[in-house]
Amino acid sequence: MVNVDKLEFGIETFGDIVSAEDGHLLTAGQSIRQIVKEGALADKLGIDVIGVGEHHRPDYSVSSPEIVLGAIASVTEHIKLATAVTVLSSDDPVRVYERFATLEGLSEGRAQVMLGRGSFTESFPLFGYDLINYDDLFDEKLAMFGQLLKEKPITWHGGFTQSLKDQDVYPKTDYDGLETYIGIGGSPESIIRAAKGGYKVILAIIGGQADRFKPYLDLYKKAAAQYDMPAYPVAVHSHGFIADDEDEAVDVAWKNIKANFDRIGLTRGWAPMSREQFDGETQSGSFYVGNPEHVAQRIARTVKFLDLGRFDLVYGAGNQTAAQRERMIELYATKVIPRVKEILSQEAVSNG
Amino acid sequence: MANIKTVGILGAGKVGIVLAQLALKAGYHVRISGSGSVQKIALTIETLVPGATASTNQGVVSKSDLIILAIPLSRYKNIHPKLLKGKLVIDAMNYWWETDGIREEVLDPNSTSSEQVQQYFNKSTLVKTFNHMGYHNLQEEAKPAGADNRKALFVTGDNHEAVDTVATFVDTMGFDTVVHYRLADGIMTEPGSELFGASLTKDQLANVIDHFDETDFGKRIKAGQQASS
Repeated sequence: MVNVDKLEFGIETFGDIVSAEDGHLLTAGQSIRQIVKEGALADKLGIDVIGVGEHHRPDYSVSSPEIVLGAIASVTEHIKLATAVTVLSSDDPVRVYERFATLEGLSEGRAQVMLGRGSFTESFPLFGYDLINYDDLFDEKLAMFGQLLKEKPITWHGGFTQSLKDQDVYPKTDYDGLETYIGIGGSPESIIRAAKGGYKVILAIIGGQADRFKPYLDLYKKAAAQYDMPAYPVAVHSHGFIADDEDEAVDVAWKNIKANFDRIGLTRGWAPMSREQFDGETQSGSFYVGNPEHVAQRIARTVKFLDLGRFDLVYGAGNQTAAQRERMIELYATKVIPRVKEILSQEAVSNG
Repeated sequence: MANIKTVGILGAGKVGIVLAQLALKAGYHVRISGSGSVQKIALTIETLVPGATASTNQGVVSKSDLIILAIPLSRYKNIHPKLLKGKLVIDAMNYWWETDGIREEVLDPNSTSSEQVQQYFNKSTLVKTFNHMGYHNLQEEAKPAGADNRKALFVTGDNHEAVDTVATFVDTMGFDTVVHYRLADGIMTEPGSELFGASLTKDQLANVIDHFDETDFGKRIKAGQQASS
Protein backbone atom coordinates (compact mmCIF):
# COMPACT_ATOMS: atom_id res chain seq x y z
CA MET A 1 0.00 0.00 0.00
CA VAL A 2 1.17 3.51 -0.80
CA ASN A 3 2.87 5.26 2.08
CA VAL A 4 1.48 8.77 1.66
CA ASP A 5 3.99 10.36 4.03
CA LYS A 6 6.92 9.06 2.02
CA LEU A 7 5.39 9.66 -1.38
CA GLU A 8 7.52 12.01 -3.49
CA PHE A 9 6.44 14.37 -6.25
CA GLY A 10 8.68 15.75 -8.92
CA ILE A 11 8.57 17.92 -12.00
CA GLU A 12 10.74 17.35 -15.01
CA THR A 13 11.51 19.40 -18.06
CA PHE A 14 13.27 18.54 -21.28
CA GLY A 15 14.18 22.19 -21.72
CA ASP A 16 11.64 22.98 -24.43
CA ILE A 17 12.05 26.40 -26.01
CA VAL A 18 9.77 28.85 -24.21
CA SER A 19 7.32 31.02 -26.14
CA ALA A 20 6.78 34.75 -25.51
CA GLU A 21 3.22 35.96 -24.96
CA ASP A 22 3.07 37.21 -28.56
CA GLY A 23 4.00 33.74 -29.85
CA HIS A 24 7.59 34.35 -30.89
CA LEU A 25 10.11 31.87 -29.54
CA LEU A 26 12.61 32.88 -26.88
CA THR A 27 16.27 31.99 -27.28
CA ALA A 28 17.83 28.86 -25.82
CA GLY A 29 19.59 31.03 -23.22
CA GLN A 30 16.33 32.66 -22.15
CA SER A 31 14.70 29.23 -21.97
CA ILE A 32 17.53 27.90 -19.79
CA ARG A 33 17.20 30.85 -17.37
CA GLN A 34 13.47 30.20 -17.20
CA ILE A 35 14.19 26.65 -15.93
CA VAL A 36 16.35 28.07 -13.13
CA LYS A 37 13.52 30.40 -12.16
CA GLU A 38 11.10 27.46 -12.19
CA GLY A 39 13.46 25.40 -10.05
CA ALA A 40 13.45 28.16 -7.44
CA LEU A 41 9.65 28.35 -7.61
CA ALA A 42 9.27 24.58 -7.23
CA ASP A 43 11.62 24.61 -4.24
CA LYS A 44 9.73 27.45 -2.57
CA LEU A 45 6.46 25.57 -3.05
CA GLY A 46 7.83 22.32 -1.62
CA ILE A 47 8.08 20.07 -4.69
CA ASP A 48 10.48 17.22 -3.90
CA VAL A 49 12.48 16.87 -7.12
CA ILE A 50 13.22 18.74 -10.33
CA GLY A 51 14.56 16.73 -13.24
CA VAL A 52 16.19 18.26 -16.32
CA GLY A 53 16.65 16.25 -19.49
CA GLU A 54 19.63 15.97 -21.83
CA HIS A 55 18.86 16.57 -25.51
CA HIS A 56 20.88 17.48 -28.54
CA ARG A 57 18.22 18.96 -30.80
CA PRO A 58 17.03 22.43 -31.89
CA ASP A 59 13.71 22.12 -30.04
CA TYR A 60 15.34 21.71 -26.62
CA SER A 61 17.63 24.16 -24.83
CA VAL A 62 19.46 21.82 -22.48
CA SER A 63 22.27 19.51 -23.55
CA SER A 64 24.23 19.84 -20.29
CA PRO A 65 21.66 19.37 -17.53
CA GLU A 66 24.11 19.28 -14.61
CA ILE A 67 25.14 22.87 -15.32
CA VAL A 68 21.52 24.00 -15.20
CA LEU A 69 21.04 21.96 -12.03
CA GLY A 70 24.12 23.62 -10.55
CA ALA A 71 22.52 27.01 -11.11
CA ILE A 72 19.27 25.76 -9.55
CA ALA A 73 21.28 24.42 -6.60
CA SER A 74 22.53 27.92 -5.85
CA VAL A 75 19.02 29.38 -5.53
CA THR A 76 17.26 26.50 -3.73
CA GLU A 77 17.45 24.74 -0.37
CA HIS A 78 15.53 21.48 -0.32
CA ILE A 79 14.60 20.31 -3.79
CA LYS A 80 16.48 17.30 -5.19
CA LEU A 81 18.27 17.90 -8.47
CA ALA A 82 17.96 15.13 -11.04
CA THR A 83 18.70 14.56 -14.68
CA ALA A 84 15.89 13.18 -16.81
CA VAL A 85 17.83 11.34 -18.06
CA THR A 86 21.60 11.24 -18.49
CA VAL A 87 22.27 9.25 -21.64
CA LEU A 88 24.94 7.03 -20.11
CA SER A 89 25.51 4.94 -23.25
CA SER A 90 26.97 7.92 -25.10
CA ASP A 91 28.71 9.45 -22.09
CA ASP A 92 31.86 8.70 -20.13
CA PRO A 93 30.98 7.07 -16.77
CA VAL A 94 33.94 8.80 -15.10
CA ARG A 95 32.76 12.20 -16.31
CA VAL A 96 29.20 11.40 -15.26
CA TYR A 97 30.43 10.56 -11.76
CA GLU A 98 32.55 13.72 -11.62
CA ARG A 99 29.72 16.00 -12.70
CA PHE A 100 27.23 14.56 -10.26
CA ALA A 101 29.72 14.46 -7.39
CA THR A 102 30.34 18.16 -8.09
CA LEU A 103 26.60 18.85 -8.11
CA GLU A 104 26.29 16.87 -4.89
CA GLY A 105 28.85 19.17 -3.26
CA LEU A 106 27.28 22.36 -4.62
CA SER A 107 23.80 21.34 -3.46
CA GLU A 108 24.76 19.83 -0.09
CA GLY A 109 23.67 16.35 -1.02
CA ARG A 110 20.71 16.97 -3.33
CA ALA A 111 22.09 15.52 -6.58
CA GLN A 112 20.26 12.59 -8.10
CA VAL A 113 21.55 10.58 -11.04
CA MET A 114 19.04 9.22 -13.52
CA LEU A 115 20.61 7.03 -16.16
CA GLY A 116 18.95 5.74 -19.28
CA ARG A 117 18.75 5.79 -22.99
CA GLY A 118 16.16 8.54 -23.09
CA SER A 119 13.85 8.43 -26.05
CA PHE A 120 16.19 10.18 -28.46
CA THR A 121 19.20 8.91 -30.31
CA GLU A 122 21.04 12.07 -31.45
CA SER A 123 23.76 11.69 -28.82
CA PHE A 124 25.06 8.47 -30.35
CA PRO A 125 26.50 9.79 -33.62
CA LEU A 126 27.28 13.13 -31.92
CA PHE A 127 29.70 11.51 -29.50
CA GLY A 128 30.94 8.85 -31.89
CA TYR A 129 28.92 5.83 -30.84
CA ASP A 130 27.01 3.33 -32.96
CA LEU A 131 23.39 2.96 -31.94
CA ILE A 132 23.56 -0.72 -32.83
CA ASN A 133 25.73 -1.19 -29.71
CA TYR A 134 23.23 0.55 -27.49
CA ASP A 135 22.62 -2.36 -25.12
CA ASP A 136 26.24 -3.39 -24.83
CA LEU A 137 27.29 0.22 -24.26
CA PHE A 138 24.73 0.65 -21.52
CA ASP A 139 25.62 -2.67 -19.86
CA GLU A 140 29.31 -1.92 -19.74
CA LYS A 141 28.99 1.71 -18.72
CA LEU A 142 26.45 0.95 -16.03
CA ALA A 143 28.77 -1.69 -14.59
CA MET A 144 31.62 0.83 -14.60
CA PHE A 145 29.45 3.53 -13.06
CA GLY A 146 28.43 1.05 -10.36
CA GLN A 147 32.12 0.67 -9.45
CA LEU A 148 32.64 4.43 -9.45
CA LEU A 149 29.69 4.91 -7.08
CA LYS A 150 31.66 3.10 -4.40
CA GLU A 151 34.11 6.06 -4.42
CA LYS A 152 37.11 3.76 -3.98
CA PRO A 153 40.07 3.31 -6.33
CA ILE A 154 38.82 1.46 -9.41
CA THR A 155 40.47 -1.18 -11.56
CA TRP A 156 38.61 -1.61 -14.80
CA HIS A 157 39.13 -3.49 -18.05
CA GLY A 158 37.18 -1.58 -20.64
CA GLY A 159 35.77 -2.65 -23.98
CA PHE A 160 33.90 0.50 -25.04
CA THR A 161 35.35 2.35 -22.04
CA GLN A 162 38.84 3.20 -20.83
CA SER A 163 40.84 0.71 -18.76
CA LEU A 164 41.95 1.93 -15.34
CA LYS A 165 44.24 0.56 -12.68
CA ASP A 166 43.77 1.50 -9.01
CA GLN A 167 42.52 4.84 -10.21
CA ASP A 168 40.79 7.15 -7.78
CA VAL A 169 38.16 9.57 -9.03
CA TYR A 170 37.28 12.97 -7.52
CA PRO A 171 35.61 14.77 -5.86
CA LYS A 172 34.42 12.41 -3.15
CA THR A 173 30.95 13.14 -1.81
CA ASP A 174 30.21 14.21 1.77
CA TYR A 175 26.93 12.37 2.05
CA ASP A 176 25.76 8.77 1.59
CA GLY A 177 26.94 8.52 -1.99
CA LEU A 178 25.01 9.46 -5.11
CA GLU A 179 21.38 8.43 -5.27
CA THR A 180 20.93 6.68 -8.62
CA TYR A 181 17.89 5.74 -10.64
CA ILE A 182 17.69 3.85 -13.91
CA GLY A 183 15.15 5.27 -16.36
CA ILE A 184 13.18 2.53 -18.10
CA GLY A 185 10.86 2.67 -21.08
CA GLY A 186 9.26 -0.75 -20.85
CA SER A 187 11.86 -3.25 -21.99
CA PRO A 188 11.78 -6.25 -19.63
CA GLU A 189 15.51 -6.71 -20.08
CA SER A 190 16.18 -3.18 -18.75
CA ILE A 191 14.08 -3.80 -15.66
CA ILE A 192 15.94 -6.98 -14.84
CA ARG A 193 19.28 -5.22 -15.40
CA ALA A 194 18.30 -2.41 -13.00
CA ALA A 195 17.06 -4.87 -10.37
CA LYS A 196 20.20 -6.97 -10.70
CA GLY A 197 22.36 -3.89 -10.10
CA GLY A 198 20.34 -2.91 -7.03
CA TYR A 199 19.17 0.38 -8.55
CA LYS A 200 16.01 2.36 -8.07
CA VAL A 201 13.88 2.60 -11.21
CA ILE A 202 11.82 5.30 -12.83
CA LEU A 203 9.41 4.17 -15.54
CA ALA A 204 8.80 6.54 -18.42
CA ILE A 205 5.13 6.02 -19.21
CA ILE A 206 4.70 8.30 -22.18
CA GLY A 207 1.82 6.65 -24.00
CA GLY A 208 -1.04 4.30 -23.30
CA GLN A 209 -2.59 3.18 -20.05
CA ALA A 210 -0.37 3.17 -16.99
CA ASP A 211 -2.09 -0.01 -15.79
CA ARG A 212 -0.25 -2.12 -18.33
CA PHE A 213 2.96 -1.53 -16.37
CA LYS A 214 1.67 -3.39 -13.30
CA PRO A 215 3.30 -6.69 -14.34
CA TYR A 216 6.57 -4.81 -14.96
CA LEU A 217 6.61 -3.70 -11.33
CA ASP A 218 6.14 -7.32 -10.31
CA LEU A 219 9.03 -8.20 -12.59
CA TYR A 220 11.25 -5.61 -10.86
CA LYS A 221 10.40 -7.02 -7.43
CA LYS A 222 10.84 -10.64 -8.47
CA ALA A 223 14.14 -9.94 -10.23
CA ALA A 224 15.45 -8.02 -7.21
CA ALA A 225 14.55 -10.96 -4.98
CA GLN A 226 16.22 -13.38 -7.38
CA TYR A 227 19.48 -11.41 -7.27
CA ASP A 228 19.17 -10.74 -3.55
CA MET A 229 18.93 -7.00 -4.08
CA PRO A 230 16.60 -4.45 -2.48
CA ALA A 231 13.43 -3.52 -4.41
CA TYR A 232 12.78 0.18 -3.91
CA PRO A 233 9.48 1.96 -4.36
CA VAL A 234 9.13 2.65 -8.09
CA ALA A 235 8.84 6.10 -9.66
CA VAL A 236 6.88 7.02 -12.79
CA HIS A 237 7.39 9.89 -15.21
CA SER A 238 4.57 11.08 -17.49
CA HIS A 239 3.67 14.21 -19.42
CA GLY A 240 1.00 16.66 -18.38
CA PHE A 241 -0.39 20.14 -18.27
CA ILE A 242 -2.48 21.81 -15.57
CA ALA A 243 -4.48 25.05 -15.78
CA ASP A 244 -7.17 26.57 -13.57
CA ASP A 245 -9.77 25.84 -16.21
CA GLU A 246 -10.28 22.36 -17.68
CA ASP A 247 -10.96 23.53 -21.23
CA GLU A 248 -7.99 25.87 -21.22
CA ALA A 249 -5.74 23.04 -20.02
CA VAL A 250 -6.94 20.72 -22.78
CA ASP A 251 -6.57 23.41 -25.48
CA VAL A 252 -3.03 24.39 -24.47
CA ALA A 253 -1.96 20.76 -24.10
CA TRP A 254 -3.46 19.68 -27.43
CA LYS A 255 -1.78 22.52 -29.30
CA ASN A 256 1.62 22.09 -27.66
CA ILE A 257 1.89 18.36 -27.12
CA LYS A 258 0.69 17.67 -30.65
CA ALA A 259 3.15 20.15 -32.16
CA ASN A 260 5.97 18.64 -30.12
CA PHE A 261 5.01 15.04 -30.92
CA ASP A 262 4.50 15.73 -34.63
CA ARG A 263 7.79 17.57 -34.99
CA ILE A 264 9.63 14.67 -33.37
CA GLY A 265 7.63 12.20 -35.47
CA LEU A 266 8.90 13.89 -38.63
CA THR A 267 12.46 12.84 -37.87
CA ARG A 268 11.58 9.57 -36.20
CA GLY A 269 9.12 8.30 -38.79
CA TRP A 270 5.82 8.17 -36.97
CA ALA A 271 2.43 9.51 -37.94
CA PRO A 272 1.06 12.84 -36.61
CA MET A 273 -0.98 12.66 -33.42
CA SER A 274 -4.73 12.39 -33.99
CA ARG A 275 -7.29 14.05 -31.74
CA GLU A 276 -8.62 10.57 -30.90
CA GLN A 277 -5.16 9.52 -29.74
CA PHE A 278 -4.74 12.70 -27.66
CA ASP A 279 -8.17 12.34 -26.06
CA GLY A 280 -7.43 8.71 -25.24
CA GLU A 281 -4.20 9.75 -23.56
CA THR A 282 -5.80 12.52 -21.49
CA GLN A 283 -8.84 10.46 -20.47
CA SER A 284 -7.29 7.12 -19.61
CA GLY A 285 -3.73 7.17 -20.93
CA SER A 286 -0.55 8.82 -19.83
CA PHE A 287 -1.11 12.54 -20.40
CA TYR A 288 -2.15 14.13 -17.11
CA VAL A 289 -4.04 17.11 -18.48
CA GLY A 290 -6.82 19.20 -16.98
CA ASN A 291 -7.78 21.28 -14.01
CA PRO A 292 -6.15 20.46 -10.64
CA GLU A 293 -8.95 18.17 -9.47
CA HIS A 294 -8.98 16.13 -12.67
CA VAL A 295 -5.21 15.75 -12.73
CA ALA A 296 -5.10 14.89 -9.02
CA GLN A 297 -7.71 12.16 -9.46
CA ARG A 298 -5.79 10.62 -12.32
CA ILE A 299 -2.39 10.79 -10.60
CA ALA A 300 -3.87 9.31 -7.42
CA ARG A 301 -5.32 6.46 -9.40
CA THR A 302 -1.99 5.69 -11.09
CA VAL A 303 -0.01 5.97 -7.85
CA LYS A 304 -2.41 3.65 -6.09
CA PHE A 305 -2.80 1.12 -8.89
CA LEU A 306 0.93 0.78 -9.47
CA ASP A 307 1.83 1.24 -5.79
CA LEU A 308 4.38 3.96 -6.54
CA GLY A 309 6.85 5.77 -4.34
CA ARG A 310 7.16 8.78 -6.60
CA PHE A 311 5.40 10.55 -9.45
CA ASP A 312 7.15 13.02 -11.76
CA LEU A 313 5.13 15.21 -14.08
CA VAL A 314 6.90 16.34 -17.23
CA TYR A 315 6.00 19.96 -17.91
CA GLY A 316 6.52 22.52 -20.65
CA ALA A 317 6.15 20.28 -23.73
CA GLY A 318 6.00 22.23 -26.96
CA ASN A 319 6.34 25.99 -26.80
CA GLN A 320 4.45 27.16 -23.75
CA THR A 321 4.73 30.63 -22.26
CA ALA A 322 6.59 31.27 -19.02
CA ALA A 323 3.26 32.20 -17.39
CA GLN A 324 1.66 28.89 -18.43
CA ARG A 325 4.64 26.92 -17.15
CA GLU A 326 4.85 28.75 -13.85
CA ARG A 327 1.10 28.58 -13.22
CA MET A 328 1.21 24.85 -13.88
CA ILE A 329 3.97 24.41 -11.31
CA GLU A 330 2.02 26.47 -8.77
CA LEU A 331 -1.14 24.45 -9.31
CA TYR A 332 0.76 21.17 -9.14
CA ALA A 333 2.44 22.13 -5.87
CA THR A 334 -0.42 23.90 -4.10
CA LYS A 335 -3.47 22.00 -5.35
CA VAL A 336 -2.65 18.74 -7.10
CA ILE A 337 -0.06 17.27 -4.71
CA PRO A 338 -2.04 17.96 -1.52
CA ARG A 339 -5.18 16.64 -3.20
CA VAL A 340 -3.44 13.44 -4.37
CA LYS A 341 -2.24 12.85 -0.83
CA GLU A 342 -5.71 13.52 0.50
CA ILE A 343 -7.33 11.11 -1.95
CA LEU A 344 -4.81 8.39 -1.18
CA SER A 345 -5.22 8.92 2.56
CA GLN A 346 -8.94 8.55 2.22
CA GLU A 347 -8.53 5.51 -0.03
CA ALA A 348 -11.38 6.97 -2.03
CA VAL A 349 -9.88 6.75 -5.47
CA SER A 350 -12.25 7.30 -8.32
CA ASN A 351 -11.95 4.86 -11.14
CA GLY A 352 -12.52 7.59 -13.72
CA MET B 1 -5.74 -23.51 -44.89
CA ALA B 2 -3.29 -24.30 -42.13
CA ASN B 3 -4.81 -25.01 -38.77
CA ILE B 4 -3.00 -22.81 -36.29
CA LYS B 5 -2.84 -24.07 -32.75
CA THR B 6 0.61 -23.02 -31.57
CA VAL B 7 2.13 -19.63 -32.21
CA GLY B 8 5.89 -19.28 -32.01
CA ILE B 9 7.38 -15.86 -31.36
CA LEU B 10 11.03 -15.08 -31.97
CA GLY B 11 11.79 -12.00 -29.88
CA ALA B 12 10.89 -11.32 -26.25
CA GLY B 13 11.05 -7.53 -26.38
CA LYS B 14 8.18 -5.07 -26.26
CA VAL B 15 6.42 -6.27 -29.43
CA GLY B 16 7.07 -9.98 -28.86
CA ILE B 17 5.66 -9.80 -25.33
CA VAL B 18 2.48 -7.99 -26.43
CA LEU B 19 1.87 -10.42 -29.31
CA ALA B 20 2.40 -13.33 -26.92
CA GLN B 21 -0.18 -11.86 -24.55
CA LEU B 22 -2.70 -11.37 -27.36
CA ALA B 23 -2.14 -14.88 -28.75
CA LEU B 24 -2.63 -16.47 -25.33
CA LYS B 25 -5.81 -14.47 -24.85
CA ALA B 26 -7.01 -15.67 -28.25
CA GLY B 27 -6.60 -19.25 -27.09
CA TYR B 28 -3.38 -20.29 -28.82
CA HIS B 29 -0.48 -22.12 -27.26
CA VAL B 30 2.43 -19.72 -27.24
CA ARG B 31 6.15 -20.41 -27.37
CA ILE B 32 8.63 -17.55 -27.24
CA SER B 33 12.39 -17.09 -27.38
CA GLY B 34 14.80 -14.22 -26.75
CA SER B 35 18.24 -13.47 -28.10
CA GLY B 36 20.00 -15.06 -25.12
CA SER B 37 19.44 -18.20 -23.08
CA VAL B 38 16.03 -19.50 -22.03
CA GLN B 39 17.05 -18.77 -18.45
CA LYS B 40 17.51 -15.12 -19.33
CA ILE B 41 13.86 -14.62 -20.34
CA ALA B 42 12.28 -17.20 -18.01
CA LEU B 43 11.38 -14.73 -15.26
CA THR B 44 10.11 -12.18 -17.80
CA ILE B 45 7.81 -14.69 -19.50
CA GLU B 46 6.60 -16.20 -16.25
CA THR B 47 5.73 -12.71 -14.95
CA LEU B 48 4.51 -10.85 -18.04
CA VAL B 49 2.98 -13.70 -20.06
CA PRO B 50 2.06 -16.45 -17.62
CA GLY B 51 0.99 -19.48 -19.63
CA ALA B 52 3.45 -18.99 -22.48
CA THR B 53 6.46 -21.27 -22.77
CA ALA B 54 9.94 -19.75 -22.87
CA SER B 55 12.16 -21.76 -25.18
CA THR B 56 15.10 -21.66 -27.57
CA ASN B 57 14.62 -20.53 -31.18
CA GLN B 58 14.75 -24.19 -32.17
CA GLY B 59 12.22 -25.15 -29.51
CA VAL B 60 9.90 -22.35 -30.60
CA VAL B 61 10.03 -23.09 -34.32
CA SER B 62 9.81 -26.90 -34.27
CA LYS B 63 6.57 -26.96 -32.29
CA SER B 64 4.74 -24.00 -33.80
CA ASP B 65 2.31 -23.74 -36.71
CA LEU B 66 3.02 -20.08 -37.27
CA ILE B 67 6.18 -18.09 -36.53
CA ILE B 68 6.31 -14.37 -35.76
CA LEU B 69 9.58 -12.50 -36.24
CA ALA B 70 9.53 -9.78 -33.58
CA ILE B 71 13.20 -8.84 -33.36
CA PRO B 72 14.99 -5.67 -34.48
CA LEU B 73 15.42 -5.89 -38.25
CA SER B 74 19.18 -5.50 -37.86
CA ARG B 75 19.29 -8.93 -36.20
CA TYR B 76 17.29 -11.15 -38.56
CA LYS B 77 20.40 -12.69 -40.02
CA ASN B 78 21.24 -14.06 -36.57
CA ILE B 79 18.56 -16.65 -37.31
CA HIS B 80 19.64 -19.37 -39.72
CA PRO B 81 17.31 -19.59 -42.75
CA LYS B 82 17.17 -23.38 -42.44
CA LEU B 83 15.54 -23.02 -39.04
CA LEU B 84 12.40 -21.53 -40.62
CA LYS B 85 12.34 -23.82 -43.67
CA GLY B 86 8.81 -24.73 -44.75
CA LYS B 87 7.22 -22.42 -42.16
CA LEU B 88 4.59 -19.75 -42.42
CA VAL B 89 6.30 -16.65 -41.03
CA ILE B 90 4.91 -13.27 -40.03
CA ASP B 91 7.35 -10.40 -40.46
CA ALA B 92 6.46 -7.86 -37.74
CA MET B 93 9.70 -5.95 -38.36
CA ASN B 94 10.52 -2.66 -40.04
CA TYR B 95 13.66 -0.85 -40.87
CA TRP B 96 13.68 1.80 -38.14
CA TRP B 97 16.76 3.95 -37.77
CA GLU B 98 15.87 4.42 -34.10
CA THR B 99 16.82 0.84 -33.31
CA ASP B 100 18.58 -0.43 -36.40
CA GLY B 101 21.09 2.30 -37.13
CA ILE B 102 22.22 3.27 -40.61
CA ARG B 103 20.09 1.75 -43.37
CA GLU B 104 22.91 0.83 -45.71
CA GLU B 105 24.39 -1.38 -43.00
CA VAL B 106 21.13 -3.27 -42.60
CA LEU B 107 19.46 -3.27 -46.00
CA ASP B 108 20.06 -3.06 -49.69
CA PRO B 109 18.56 0.31 -50.66
CA ASN B 110 16.99 -1.11 -53.83
CA SER B 111 14.23 -3.19 -52.30
CA THR B 112 11.93 -3.24 -49.28
CA SER B 113 12.81 -4.78 -45.95
CA SER B 114 10.29 -7.62 -46.17
CA GLU B 115 11.45 -8.60 -49.67
CA GLN B 116 14.96 -8.92 -48.31
CA VAL B 117 13.80 -10.89 -45.27
CA GLN B 118 11.87 -13.21 -47.64
CA GLN B 119 14.93 -13.58 -49.84
CA TYR B 120 17.00 -14.57 -46.82
CA PHE B 121 14.40 -17.06 -45.50
CA ASN B 122 13.92 -18.37 -49.02
CA LYS B 123 12.28 -21.66 -48.02
CA SER B 124 9.67 -19.98 -45.83
CA THR B 125 6.46 -18.14 -46.71
CA LEU B 126 6.54 -14.58 -45.45
CA VAL B 127 3.57 -12.33 -44.66
CA LYS B 128 4.01 -8.84 -43.25
CA THR B 129 1.75 -7.52 -40.50
CA PHE B 130 1.75 -6.29 -36.85
CA ASN B 131 4.51 -3.88 -37.93
CA HIS B 132 2.77 -0.52 -38.07
CA MET B 133 0.79 -0.08 -34.87
CA GLY B 134 2.57 0.91 -31.64
CA TYR B 135 3.09 -2.03 -29.29
CA HIS B 136 0.98 -0.57 -26.52
CA ASN B 137 -1.76 0.28 -29.02
CA LEU B 138 -1.73 -3.37 -30.12
CA GLN B 139 -2.20 -4.31 -26.49
CA GLU B 140 -4.95 -1.82 -25.77
CA GLU B 141 -6.85 -1.84 -29.07
CA ALA B 142 -7.33 -5.59 -29.53
CA LYS B 143 -11.10 -6.19 -29.63
CA PRO B 144 -13.48 -8.99 -30.65
CA ALA B 145 -14.77 -9.02 -34.23
CA GLY B 146 -17.60 -6.59 -34.77
CA ALA B 147 -16.66 -4.40 -31.79
CA ASP B 148 -17.20 -0.68 -32.09
CA ASN B 149 -14.20 1.27 -33.39
CA ARG B 150 -12.16 -1.90 -33.88
CA LYS B 151 -8.73 -1.12 -35.35
CA ALA B 152 -7.24 -2.71 -38.46
CA LEU B 153 -3.86 -4.05 -39.50
CA PHE B 154 -2.40 -4.18 -42.97
CA VAL B 155 -1.61 -7.76 -44.06
CA THR B 156 0.41 -8.32 -47.18
CA GLY B 157 2.45 -11.04 -48.87
CA ASP B 158 3.02 -12.71 -52.22
CA ASN B 159 1.40 -16.05 -51.36
CA HIS B 160 -2.40 -15.73 -51.44
CA GLU B 161 -3.18 -18.70 -49.23
CA ALA B 162 -0.63 -17.62 -46.64
CA VAL B 163 -1.95 -14.05 -46.61
CA ASP B 164 -5.51 -15.32 -46.12
CA THR B 165 -4.41 -17.61 -43.28
CA VAL B 166 -2.57 -14.76 -41.57
CA ALA B 167 -5.51 -12.41 -42.08
CA THR B 168 -7.75 -14.90 -40.28
CA PHE B 169 -5.15 -15.19 -37.53
CA VAL B 170 -4.96 -11.39 -37.17
CA ASP B 171 -8.74 -11.30 -36.82
CA THR B 172 -8.58 -13.82 -33.96
CA MET B 173 -5.89 -11.66 -32.33
CA GLY B 174 -8.33 -8.74 -32.17
CA PHE B 175 -8.02 -6.71 -35.37
CA ASP B 176 -9.74 -6.14 -38.67
CA THR B 177 -7.53 -6.45 -41.72
CA VAL B 178 -6.79 -4.70 -44.98
CA VAL B 179 -5.25 -7.26 -47.29
CA HIS B 180 -2.84 -6.97 -50.24
CA TYR B 181 -1.19 -9.78 -52.15
CA ARG B 182 2.17 -8.13 -52.74
CA LEU B 183 4.97 -8.35 -50.18
CA ALA B 184 6.66 -5.25 -51.56
CA ASP B 185 3.60 -3.23 -50.49
CA GLY B 186 4.79 -3.70 -46.91
CA ILE B 187 6.73 -0.48 -47.42
CA MET B 188 3.39 1.39 -47.24
CA THR B 189 3.31 0.94 -43.46
CA GLU B 190 6.97 1.40 -42.57
CA PRO B 191 8.50 4.33 -40.61
CA GLY B 192 7.99 7.55 -42.54
CA SER B 193 4.52 6.46 -43.65
CA GLU B 194 1.53 8.17 -42.11
CA LEU B 195 0.40 4.67 -41.12
CA PHE B 196 3.44 4.03 -38.93
CA GLY B 197 2.38 4.49 -35.32
CA ALA B 198 -1.23 5.23 -36.24
CA SER B 199 -4.22 3.21 -34.99
CA LEU B 200 -6.95 3.30 -37.62
CA THR B 201 -10.21 1.55 -38.37
CA LYS B 202 -10.50 -0.66 -41.44
CA ASP B 203 -12.10 2.11 -43.53
CA GLN B 204 -9.50 4.67 -42.49
CA LEU B 205 -6.63 2.28 -43.13
CA ALA B 206 -8.00 1.17 -46.51
CA ASN B 207 -8.46 4.80 -47.50
CA VAL B 208 -4.79 5.64 -46.92
CA ILE B 209 -3.60 2.42 -48.57
CA ASP B 210 -5.82 3.02 -51.63
CA HIS B 211 -4.42 6.53 -52.02
CA PHE B 212 -0.88 5.70 -50.93
CA ASP B 213 0.73 7.20 -54.04
CA GLU B 214 -0.85 10.55 -53.16
CA THR B 215 0.63 10.67 -49.65
CA ASP B 216 3.93 12.49 -49.08
CA PHE B 217 5.60 9.23 -48.17
CA GLY B 218 4.09 7.49 -51.21
CA LYS B 219 5.39 10.23 -53.48
CA ARG B 220 8.88 9.91 -52.01
CA ILE B 221 8.84 6.12 -52.44
CA LYS B 222 7.67 6.45 -56.03
CA ALA B 223 10.31 9.06 -56.83
CA GLY B 224 12.94 6.76 -55.33
CA GLN B 225 11.77 3.80 -57.42
CA GLN B 226 11.83 5.83 -60.63
CA ALA B 227 15.29 7.15 -59.82
CA SER B 228 16.69 3.66 -59.28
CA SER B 229 15.01 1.96 -62.26
